[in-house]
Formats: sequence, C-alpha cells, structure tokens
Amino acid sequence: MSLLEVRDLVVRYPVHRGIVGALRRRPKQEIHAVEGVSFELGRGEMLALVGESGCGKTTTAQAILRLVDAQGQIMLNGRDISTISAGQLRPLRRRVQIIYQDPYESLDPRFRVRDAVEEPLVIHGIGGSRDERRATVKSALERVGLTPPDLFMDRYPHELSGGQRQRVAIAAALVLEPELLVADEPVSMLDVSVRAGVLSLLDDLRKSGLAILMITHDLSTAAHFADRIAVMYLGRIVEEGPAREIVQNPQHPYTKALMSVVPKADPLKRTRRVILQGETPNPINVPAGCRFHPRCPVVQDRCRAEDPELRPAAAGASDRHRAACLFT
Amino acid sequence: MSEQVLAVEDLHVWFDLPKKGRLHAVQGVSLELLSGERFGLVGESGCGKTTAILALMGLLPSSADVSGSIILDGEDILAGGERSMRPHRWKDISMVFQGAMNAFNPVQTVGAQLVEPMEFHGVATGDAAKKAAGELLELVGIAPERAERYPHEFSGGMRQRAAIAMALACNPKVLLADEPTTALDVMVQAQILDLLTRLSDDLGLALVFVTHDIPVIAELCSRAAVMYAGEIVETGAMETLYHEPRHPYSRMLFGAIPDPEGEKDVVSIPGAPPRLDREITGCPFAPRCDVAFERCHGERPALLELAPRHSAACHLNDGAAP
Amino acid sequence: MSATLENEPGVETGSSAQRLRTAVWGILKDRPSAIAGAVMLAGFVLVAVFAPVLAPHGIHEIVGPPFSTPGAYPPLGLDDGGGDILSLLMWGARISLTVGFAASMVAILVGGTIGVAAGFFGGATDTILMRITDYFLAIPDVPLMIVVAAIWGPSLLHIVLVIGLLLWTSTARIVRAQVKSVRERVYVKRARALGAGNARIIFRHVLPQVAPLLVANTVLTIAVAIFDETALAFLGLSDPSKISWGKMIKNATESAAISAGAWWTIVPPGICVALVILACTLMGQALEDALNPRLRVAHLAARGFRLLPRTLRDDA
Repeated sequence: MSLLEVRDLVVRYPVHRGIVGALRRRPKQEIHAVEGVSFELGRGEMLALVGESGCGKTTTAQAILRLVDAQGQIMLNGRDISTISAGQLRPLRRRVQIIYQDPYESLDPRFRVRDAVEEPLVIHGIGGSRDERRATVKSALERVGLTPPDLFMDRYPHELSGGQRQRVAIAAALVLEPELLVADEPVSMLDVSVRAGVLSLLDDLRKSGLAILMITHDLSTAAHFADRIAVMYLGRIVEEGPAREIVQNPQHPYTKALMSVVPKADPLKRTRRVILQGETPNPINVPAGCRFHPRCPVVQDRCRAEDPELRPAAAGASDRHRAACLFT
Repeated sequence: MSEQVLAVEDLHVWFDLPKKGRLHAVQGVSLELLSGERFGLVGESGCGKTTAILALMGLLPSSADVSGSIILDGEDILAGGERSMRPHRWKDISMVFQGAMNAFNPVQTVGAQLVEPMEFHGVATGDAAKKAAGELLELVGIAPERAERYPHEFSGGMRQRAAIAMALACNPKVLLADEPTTALDVMVQAQILDLLTRLSDDLGLALVFVTHDIPVIAELCSRAAVMYAGEIVETGAMETLYHEPRHPYSRMLFGAIPDPEGEKDVVSIPGAPPRLDREITGCPFAPRCDVAFERCHGERPALLELAPRHSAACHLNDGAAP
Repeated sequence: MSATLENEPGVETGSSAQRLRTAVWGILKDRPSAIAGAVMLAGFVLVAVFAPVLAPHGIHEIVGPPFSTPGAYPPLGLDDGGGDILSLLMWGARISLTVGFAASMVAILVGGTIGVAAGFFGGATDTILMRITDYFLAIPDVPLMIVVAAIWGPSLLHIVLVIGLLLWTSTARIVRAQVKSVRERVYVKRARALGAGNARIIFRHVLPQVAPLLVANTVLTIAVAIFDETALAFLGLSDPSKISWGKMIKNATESAAISAGAWWTIVPPGICVALVILACTLMGQALEDALNPRLRVAHLAARGFRLLPRTLRDDA
C-alpha cells in the first residue's frame, strides 16, 4: 500500500464577477485549477510534479495539505483525509509537512532559529520537557547539516544565508517526524552553488524513508533527484513515469517540447528546440477534447473531440510509464 | 561584421553604506564586445553583475562612485559623467530589465511608451514614430494593432517582448539584458531566447546577457565571463568555459548544475562569497577553493590571457604552482 | 557551513530588547522633532505624576484675592476663586493626561481587536466590521459626545468611554490593512500548515508585526483624546468635582475672566493642551513615518552617480 494515494483530485475556484457582473447576469465562471489528478507516492520515494506556472502543481500540493477545498480522495496510509473534520485533521498534520519556495519569507523574522524549529513541537504539544525539546531541535539542526547546532540556535533568520534558512525550514518540518514532505520549489530562490547541497539533503532524507513530493518547474532538477516525474498541463497529469524514462524517452508531445527547450549547461549539447507558440491558455476555458490540442505540433482531428486518459505508453519501456495522448 | 563596439576598461563601482564604510561592488571589470556578438555575464547573487551593467547605462544611485572607462565606438562615454552618458543612453546602449511589468507605465499605452524614447532622441516623431512603433512590435512578434493596448492587457511573455521592442526603439548598437527570462516559464523563455538570437543575427546587435542561470547562457551566447566577488575570474568561449575551465570557481559552478540527461553528480560549493565592504587580500575565492595553496591567501591573482580570448585569474595558471 | 557565518553581510548581534532599543533610537536620532516631542511629553507626565510634591498649593486652597495678576508670586496669577493657576495646571494635568491615556487605551483595544479580526478572518467578518467602522467614521464626533455625555451623566469614566468609543475607527483601519498583508506572509501560511490555531497565529506571528504600528497610532490618538476631553470639560460635560485644563478654561469664561481682563486664567491651560497635542503629534508622526510601510516612498535616485577621476582610482 502506498503512503499517499490521490484519486481524481479536482480543485475549482470561483471567479469573482463583481456586483456589476452579477447584475448583468454574467455567467458564473470557475478556474479549473486541478482537473482529475491521480497519483501514488510510496515511502522513500521522491515524486516530482513538473509543469509551467498555472498548471495546477502548487494547488495540488495545497489540496493534499488540506489548505484548499478539493473534491476527490486523498488517502494517507489508506485513510481518506479529504473529508475528515478539522479536529481530526490536526494530529494528521504532523504526518505531512511542507517547505516553501522563499526561504526569506517562510521564517518569522522575529523568531530565533531555536524557536522556529521548536514551534511545531509546541503547537502539537509534544516533545516532552523543555530540555527534551531543546535536544530534539539540536539533533534536527544537525540532521540538516547546520553544525555545530549551538552556533545557529540563537540566530535570527536575517543573519543566515538563503541556503541556511532553507535548511532551518527543513529542520522545522523534520522535528514532527513526518512521513510525507511536500517541497514547493525548494531551491528555485537559492544560488546555484548551494542548490545541490539542499537537494542532496532532501535526497538523504528520502533514502532514510521519507516520502517527498517535490513541486518544481525545473525539469533538470527533477530529472536528477526524483525517482518519478509527473508532468502537468492545465490541471491534468499528461505524462507520468520513472524520471529517467520521462527525460530520455518522453511520449507526450508536450513533454517532448518541454524537454527540448530545457537549456543545457553543456554548449555542445544544444539540440533542435520545439518551441510551442503562444502561452498556456487560462484555466477558465479549458479547450475541449485533448486540452493540449490547440498548441500541439502533431494534432489530429480526433484530438479536438476526444479527451485522452492517462494510460501505459506503448513505446514506454515499463508499464509504469503512462501518457495522456491518443497517439502513443 | 565583427568590429569592436564596446570596450569596458577597469570599471570600479563603490557604494556608500548607510552607516559607515564602502562596498566595493565592482572591482576592475574589463570586457570587450564585438558587433553581433552575444556575450554572457554569469555569477551568483551579489557578485556585482547587475551593478556592472547598470554602470554601463549610467543608472547608478547617488551613493555610487564609478571609475574606469566605457568606450563606445572609440569614445569614452564615462569620461564626462552623466553629461556624456545621456546622449548615448537608450540610443546606442539600451537595456531590458528583469521585471517586464515594472518597465512600463501602467497608465500609458504600450505604443506611446515606444514612441517616447524615439522623440526624445530625435529618431522619429509624430506619425513616423507611431509607424516605427508598430514595426518594432512586429519585429518582436506582436501584432502592430496592440500598440493601442495597455501593459496589463499583455501576458508575461508578451510584456517581455514589448520591453525588448522598447529597448530597440532607437536602434541601439548594444543591448543589455538583466535576467530577462528569470520570471518566465521554460517555453516562454525559449521563445524569448529565440527572439534575442534572431535579433542579434539580423540586426547585428551586440548583446550582453546577465544571469545566474548558466544553461540559458550556454544556449544563447558564444562567449561569457564568470564573475565572482566583483571581478571577472574567467572569460572565454562558452565551450571552453564548460569543458576546459581554468578557474576553480568556474569548474565548481558548472559542477553544481544538474543536467537533465547527465549522470554526473552535482556538488555544491561550500561556504559563501566574501564581504565586499572589506579589503580582500589574496584570491577572493581562496577560502572556498578545493585546490588553494599558500600563495592564494596572500596574493591576488591577475586575469591572465591563456589563449586568444580566454583568460582566467588563478595562480595555478602562471606556471608557479607547487 | 559554520565557517561561512563570519562572512555573512549585515550580521547583527544582541538580544531582542537591545535590538528594539537600537531600532527606537535609530528612529529618534534621525528625527529631531520626535526627540522634542518625547521630551515634552515626558515632562508633562512627570509633572502630573509628581503634582502632589511639586504643586505649591492644593486645588481648593485660597491663596489670595481673586484675579491677582501674575508676578514674582504667584507666578501665573490667581483665578476667580483665588486659586493658584500654576498649582491648578499641575493638578489639572493629572486628569487631562489620565483621560487622554485611558481613552486612547480604550480606542486602541477596540480598534485593534476589530482591525485584527477584520483583517485576519476576512470575508463576511471583514465586510461587516468595516461597514460598522464606516458608520462610526461618518458620525460627527463632538455632537455625539455631547449627547452621550449628557445622557450618561457627567463622570470621568463616562468621558473616557465616550472618547474611546469614538476614536477607534482610524486604528481599526490601519491595523486591518497591516494584518491583511502579514496574513499572506509565507511563515503565517507555514504555521497554519503545521496545524497552529488562529489564536496562536494571531498572538505569536501577527500581533508582533502589527505592534509597532499600534504604538505609533496610540501616541497620535492620545493627542486627539486630550483635545476631546478639553472640549467636553469646557462644555461642562465632565465630572464637576475634578479639575482639568478644559475645566479651568470653562471656570474662567463663566466667571467673566475675559471681561475682567484676566487672560492668565485662560491662556496657560490652552497652551498646555496645545503643547501636549504637539508633542504627541511630533512623536507619533515620526514613529508612523518610520514604521508604516505604506508611507515609505521609494527613493528613485537614478543617474546621480559620482565619477571618480582616473587619477584617484588607485588610492580609492
């Protein structure tokens, strides 16, 4: 049984019409942020949700944390947490932790490192006595590579570099001993030279049994550190499978185009790029049929009418590699 | 095609700090740009790359001291300060900024804002300028009718295109671009990179592209310079920099980038860059360097030409290494 | 990692109390008007606190003939009942300042609570609370105060409540705006994701960010409260047994001090009121200027760079 199983997740936001809009009987509109997303995540596994802005990857993460209202099932350890009450949810919050993109904003500027890492314990009323909590904080700081911990305990966030702050945020997530860590663009605001360190830390945590759901727009990072990649487009997963396969043998035309435009650091590896015209349509009016068809370079007549399901890709090496395209 | 359009010699910038002391943000940068060339300036936050190109535009605040020379077509445009800069700013050297939204006045149409610099520099006026604005938009891939629209009616990628059109309004020789694609999605980024490549090829425009994103530079530029702690530590052809780096910082920086297909491990660089408000003795990278030796801590290495158009500032290169 | 700490720019050390002191001092030192205001206000508070020791005479003490002119003694003259003006000013400061401080406390408490609730919970709560605030804002203060004070009867507590309940609106609006922005900060979202309740988020994360603004607003409110108290006392709606600056002016006008030419019975309390209001305004505006992010204007000082001659380059 997987640790996390998401089935047919749907998140829609109403669009505000305003008083004028309501008076004119303008039709009620909805933003289809997430439209039927399903995936599984096991212990010790890292799944990367990859996509461009507005594809619904962050909303998916928020729905799993129950920070937005969603339809569908979110099974944690086989228990559906999508419908339970706020009171029942509180103890479960410990099991799922999140780290955010901006390490400069995600720590309260008035909290010392020690207080920021201890806060989750205080909120949940666990961790034993003051001294025991202090020891927990210390070992968490050591675990994220802030050694010796005494040097960092009494510092304020503004006295730390971006990479150090992100490590503090990870330590604060770890003290609750979560089973699932959601990392929302964990390194995109960090300097190139420290990114690898934070990503390796996440990789070590994964090896120790933590399940990690990484949200990122950076295919290179995902390919390098994740076990599996799920590519999202307009609220749907369009392709999903083992990271290496997605990168080396993409099946969906969108993934293919995306892979071709990811800049390569090696100037000798420049490849022919498939540049899609225009930008992602807005998620209020999702195209009928395959949602990618208006931008698809290999579109056929069937694509305008039929909405493809995610199914094993014929050309994929394993049946875990699935794509939502009528012609794979 | 390949005559020199811009040369920067020994550019220094200091900032007065609010309390006390000065921050030596740019410490003797020299570079040379040929027409039609795409040149990348790479470095991490705080390395002085943005300050350096703002100095080229003469857009530094009053807390800044500048020295050095900026030679445009044989004339030192920095020599007379603001007075000698002004006629060239936007006419000969123009710039695309990171946040395209902020580059536009929200209450004016995009067309009006394209016309403004043309009229200021006397390139075109009235209907001729309006026509030119439409052509500029067409050049960057936007329908000319959209000149009548306001910036908020443009999507992110279109706004960045319009910002490029605005920078091209006076037909400049040099275009400076400060992280113009950082806030954009990969696909839109690819469109913009494509556009910049086309523009520099077709118009013979020299491009200086500043970013922390090395793969983007690898994709776009033929030559690049790596900046660290306010100075250029290595400069050369992009292939040379990636495959035969001669400065440990370049080597370690390239080693920290994940490659989508690569199997190679990515390794972060320990430590942090030095403070620029203090005098740096020795090589600024020495405390983080994995091959530093005694001389590195006492003597600052000079930028040494190793081959035509390939230079690096490292003691390991002058044959006196242990 | 440890070795890098020394290299981090802008590292400040010291406890948070020290830090706050440094911050407050930083605000004051660049704003001489704020220092002047603080010194003046502190002077008035000290005089009020030590009035029993400092005042040469009691409130009801008859020192000499009515309307004695100011001179060597009594320094500020006597009033219509032969009371010493200087002593009355000192005693009156106690009531005026107490009412001012207490009323602004009421205003801050009510305004702060409503502002935090509206800003933090948003939605319908926000709409309803802000509509109420708008109504209060639209009511003309002084006439309502007169009506309420007249109905409830003259008493010090009533005065405090009436003033306090009319002054909270601006506080509520400022606090709401600030809370709304703090609420969207990532660390507040993080606390929520951790499972923290509203109370914890408000008291540990939101209020500390809003507190400085609240302090600045309190100081400004004190000025208005003292002004209102003076007005109500002058109109005879204050506790008749207590002497305040407003009451002194009222007594003087009622006893035909003006026709008697006894200007010294009216001018000194008026000056005191003006000075306290000035002090509060100077201080409050300096604090608000420094703390309210909305008032901070970006300094667009492009193109002002200085060019160093090439010869200076080497020794620079």
